Amino acid sequence: MKDIFLIAIKAILTNKVRTFLTTLGIIIGVSSVVLLTSVGTGLSNFVTKEFNELGANRAIIFPGDIFGDDGSFSSENQRSAFANNKLTLREVQVLERMRDDVIAVSPLNLQSDTVEFQQKSKTATVLGGMANLAEVNNIKLENGRFFNQIEENGGSTVVVLGFEIADSLFGSIDPIGKRVKVGGQTFTVLGVAEKKGSSFGGPSYDTYVYIPLKTVLKKYDTNKISQIIVKTKSTENIDQNIKNIEIELGKRLKDDEFSVVNQAEILDTINQILGILTAGLGGIAGISLLVGGIGIMNIMLVSVTERTREIGLRKALGATPNLIMFQFLIEAAVLSVIGGGIGLLLAFLGTLAIQSFIPAEVTPGAIGLALGVSTVVGLIFGAAPARRAANLSPIEALRYE
Amino acid sequence: MILELQNVSKHYQMGDTLIKALDGVSLKVNAGEFVAIMGHSGSGKSTFLQVASMLAQPSSGKITLRDKDVTLYNEVERALLRNREIGFVFQQFNLLPRTSAIDNVALPLVYAKVPERERRERAQKMLERVGLGDRLQNTPSQLSGGQQQRVAIARALINDPSIIFADEPTGNLDTKSGEDIKKFLQELHTENRTIIMVTHEENVAAIATRLVVFRDGTVVSDGKNKYAKYKKNLPVQVE
Repeated sequence: MKDIFLIAIKAILTNKVRTFLTTLGIIIGVSSVVLLTSVGTGLSNFVTKEFNELGANRAIIFPGDIFGDDGSFSSENQRSAFANNKLTLREVQVLERMRDDVIAVSPLNLQSDTVEFQQKSKTATVLGGMANLAEVNNIKLENGRFFNQIEENGGSTVVVLGFEIADSLFGSIDPIGKRVKVGGQTFTVLGVAEKKGSSFGGPSYDTYVYIPLKTVLKKYDTNKISQIIVKTKSTENIDQNIKNIEIELGKRLKDDEFSVVNQAEILDTINQILGILTAGLGGIAGISLLVGGIGIMNIMLVSVTERTREIGLRKALGATPNLIMFQFLIEAAVLSVIGGGIGLLLAFLGTLAIQSFIPAEVTPGAIGLALGVSTVVGLIFGAAPARRAANLSPIEALRYE
Repeated sequence: MILELQNVSKHYQMGDTLIKALDGVSLKVNAGEFVAIMGHSGSGKSTFLQVASMLAQPSSGKITLRDKDVTLYNEVERALLRNREIGFVFQQFNLLPRTSAIDNVALPLVYAKVPERERRERAQKMLERVGLGDRLQNTPSQLSGGQQQRVAIARALINDPSIIFADEPTGNLDTKSGEDIKKFLQELHTENRTIIMVTHEENVAAIATRLVVFRDGTVVSDGKNKYAKYKKNLPVQVE
């Protein structure tokens, strides 16, 4: 057995250029499958981690019925919902009284405005929130502090800058205590948020500025709340908590004037989409693995024809058909495993290279799948040439020129 | 008696015509005999060699090797039989390219499942015997024709076979190397090995003690070698 294995290895090593070209198909196939699934897994893990950092007991209340008739998110409904926003501070107070179901309520009002410092100006998303926003939305500060309950209650003109806003307005100057103009009004900078980066083309939190909710409502002369983040009392009974919230809000608002979205549901939906994307891309990459397998079959058939004399000789000297078949099967399998190994290595390097742009992780599952599939591909596509070799008659083979 | 063919035929269908490559051949070979097989091309001498050496199955008839009816053997059993009982020397040498002399000689031992250490020792001894002890690692392309055929002879001898089949062993060699190989075969004969050699050259056939002539798939003459240049008293069977 070991000897037959060595014979196969030797045949592969004798023709290095051909071996490389043959395995190229498998190399490309395996590396693209592993790379794409690693991107998919990485994205999914990244999203899950981000969501879990916010806490699994989060739910968000939006104005209007943001779900379409079929129960999925509908952007059209969302637009009309924001135009007819019925959420106000009164609903916030209702939620705050639901001590059995809710442990934190954090209403938000979102505006867009310019932030100026000296001659520099930058457009920012102005987020009016309560003092608990930093905790509820997991905002970590690079510098300074978040506004507190007193500043919130007093409607103070204080601001916490997103990382990018601070960076482009202040550069190397320490912004803490400096005065900036938000929509023409002067605010004192309390702190700078940590760099967060953009998540999937959505608005970057780095271009946000955080101002006490009361200040924002007064400044923009509105009583509308854009969304309310709540932390439910329990994680296990989050569905029951949400049901109670819906009942309580339903006493004040119509069914289509508000929606409660469970964070776990959003996470599930995103992961589902990512999973389908990963499987689809992986499948397309899998086709190249198939093509690689056909390449191996092609070369093995050429190899069997080329080595007809050798096969005849081996048979004359006592090799049984099974041993001949085994020799060629091993050759095909080793070729594809070599290809799989190199492909895996390339995928690892590729993953390292793109990790600074996209979260990507090579999982043991992907490795196992890639190597398993490439071996199976080798065996399947090696089988026909190997059978052909095994069935050659020794005299015909020896006579072959 | 080591090999017996009883009424052996080999027929091919080629288009509409039935080709009788071998037609009812009966022959007995005793241990230690050196038989030369001659005949024109198409006479059936090559087919005889293939059938007698278990490379091909006869269409009919019975072949007995060492008292066993080998026509009943299946493909795997015949492969094992060839491995143990038969040594081949071909006109084209048929060595594995890009493979050292020692590995070529040891090849039959691989299929006989002999451990690697023993394979190397035996192959080395055999190469020393054929005068190539200093060429163990040379590949066929680094050896002359005569040297390659000596490697092939060493390979044929490595399993200590019952019969050595040689198919035009000097056909691809120059005169000097041919003489060299002939001398080798004679030496093997004096060691009481059984050799069956196909040739169309009278001066090559001359080294055998018995001469069988084929024509149209049948044996037309069988007896003491009229070309024989040297004498060795061995019993000769005449049908």
